[in-house]
Amino acid sequence: MAKLKHFRILNIQHFVIFITIINFTSCQQRPTSLKNIEAKELAIDSTATSEAHIATFVRPYRERINLILDSALAYAPYTISKSDGTYNTTEGNLMADLMLSETNPIYKIRTGKDIDFVLMNHGGIRASISKGNVSARTAYEVMPFENNIAVVALKGTSVLELVDYLVKSNRAHPVAGIQIILNTNDTVHSISIQGKPLDENTIYHVATSDYLVDGGDDMVFFKNGVSFTTLDYKIRNAIIDYFTKVDTLSPKIDDRYYKMD
Amino acid sequence: MKRRNFIQNTLASASFIGAGGLSLNSCTGNQKKHITILHTNDVHSHIDAFPKGHSSFPGLGGLARRAGLVNRIREENPNTLLVDAGDIFQGTPYFNFYGGELEMKLMTMLNYDAATLGNHDFDNGVDGLLAQLPYGKFDFVSSNYDFSNTILDGFTKPYQTYLQDGIKIGIYGLGIKLSGLVSKDLYKETEYLEPYEIAADLERKLKDEEHCDLVICLSHLGYQYKNSQQPDDMTLAAKTKYTDLIIGGHTHTFLDKPSVITNADGRDILVNQVGCFGVRLGRIDFYFDSEHIVADGISITV
Repeated sequence: MAKLKHFRILNIQHFVIFITIINFTSCQQRPTSLKNIEAKELAIDSTATSEAHIATFVRPYRERINLILDSALAYAPYTISKSDGTYNTTEGNLMADLMLSETNPIYKIRTGKDIDFVLMNHGGIRASISKGNVSARTAYEVMPFENNIAVVALKGTSVLELVDYLVKSNRAHPVAGIQIILNTNDTVHSISIQGKPLDENTIYHVATSDYLVDGGDDMVFFKNGVSFTTLDYKIRNAIIDYFTKVDTLSPKIDDRYYKMD
Repeated sequence: MKRRNFIQNTLASASFIGAGGLSLNSCTGNQKKHITILHTNDVHSHIDAFPKGHSSFPGLGGLARRAGLVNRIREENPNTLLVDAGDIFQGTPYFNFYGGELEMKLMTMLNYDAATLGNHDFDNGVDGLLAQLPYGKFDFVSSNYDFSNTILDGFTKPYQTYLQDGIKIGIYGLGIKLSGLVSKDLYKETEYLEPYEIAADLERKLKDEEHCDLVICLSHLGYQYKNSQQPDDMTLAAKTKYTDLIIGGHTHTFLDKPSVITNADGRDILVNQVGCFGVRLGRIDFYFDSEHIVADGISITV
């Protein structure tokens, strides 16, 4: 029975193929060949008619995002910028400080150790925080990337390389938990971590971005780390968590990194 | 997609049977066929149009308008394929919130036929990509990523063929080297294979074994690099023999017009890329003619 059924299908197929062959052979004397090609780029602008059903489909997704992103989490009494200081800035300090406060409890639970200090990259801050309400959208603007927080254990000697990089970079890379004072001739006057002078033989736990641990911004000194811990905690989520906890953002330019007069 | 082709095939057969003797007559005349390829790349989750005050793309893009434009062209020529050259994901909160689900569903609503994978499509890992694939009812064509030791094994195709008005179109897809661009935790055991070699194998296969009339490469390699060690679309075009069109991505290159490159057989072929964020749509029209003499060559108007 199964065989018979199979046979019947074959017959039908043969019929189709037979007819098709008749048609094709008569055409095959003149095979269709590629004659010309026209290529162009079309702008998608207001001249294109919007498809209403697509717009309708997207709307609830957009409304949900806007509801979450635009709810006020905190307040900025003044504009917080990464370019309002030479060696440290309000926005850089805000980011580095919140990285320390939000990450340390997680790191402590996982490893039993404390984070000693934080180093971020100045270029990683992608937008300033305007005066007024601060929302999750602000966090997306400041940190649009998906980078995770990583903690690298660095020997004191490697921290010296880190400071050397910082001085030579001539940028206000955000730091927290460390104080660096420069002499007037740009040599290092002093380095202290958690209030104590740097010890070349001590292992320091440095929180940063996994982007920088992977050699981003040429921060090669992280390669000499004695241990690496990825916290599976996005930098942006740490920012949002901090915004949720505090009412007012009031970061100040301070003496964590400066040059003596 | 397969289903759509099947229906078209069946309709074609049915019309042959129905037309009977008439079809013999039509064969003696000149047969003209027209295939349109529409393409995007690096849309990066840009579903909404840019605001009018945007510094780079004021009032441009938007998926609902792209749909309108695509539908108008499909009405004009039903023999149209719509394809994407990768980096569908990452760039707006739509991706952060929904993980790419909306992008896939909308591309399905626009009737995309095929897409290749970009590096950012791995941003939520092979797991995150796999989770979204069921929402994309189009083919993922990836020729030089070996996924055999990952959970993506079997979910992509090394190439796919499409039949439009009796013209057979073969599409293969090339991805960029992932190490250095994407964390290993995300792409896991995905193996990157040398793209020029894979392209040579597949274009020959599509021409000689699949007897395709048109061979298209969807590439996320990038348009052109100064470093000759890094594979790019312009070099690929010069090395190929049977590929008719390379649709690129990754470098977010806005071209004044599609590039015409002489391939390894001395034939001119096209390389195109439409920048990024869905602000442009590429349109390539291929005209076939049974009275055209092959030796006269193919004219390209850009």
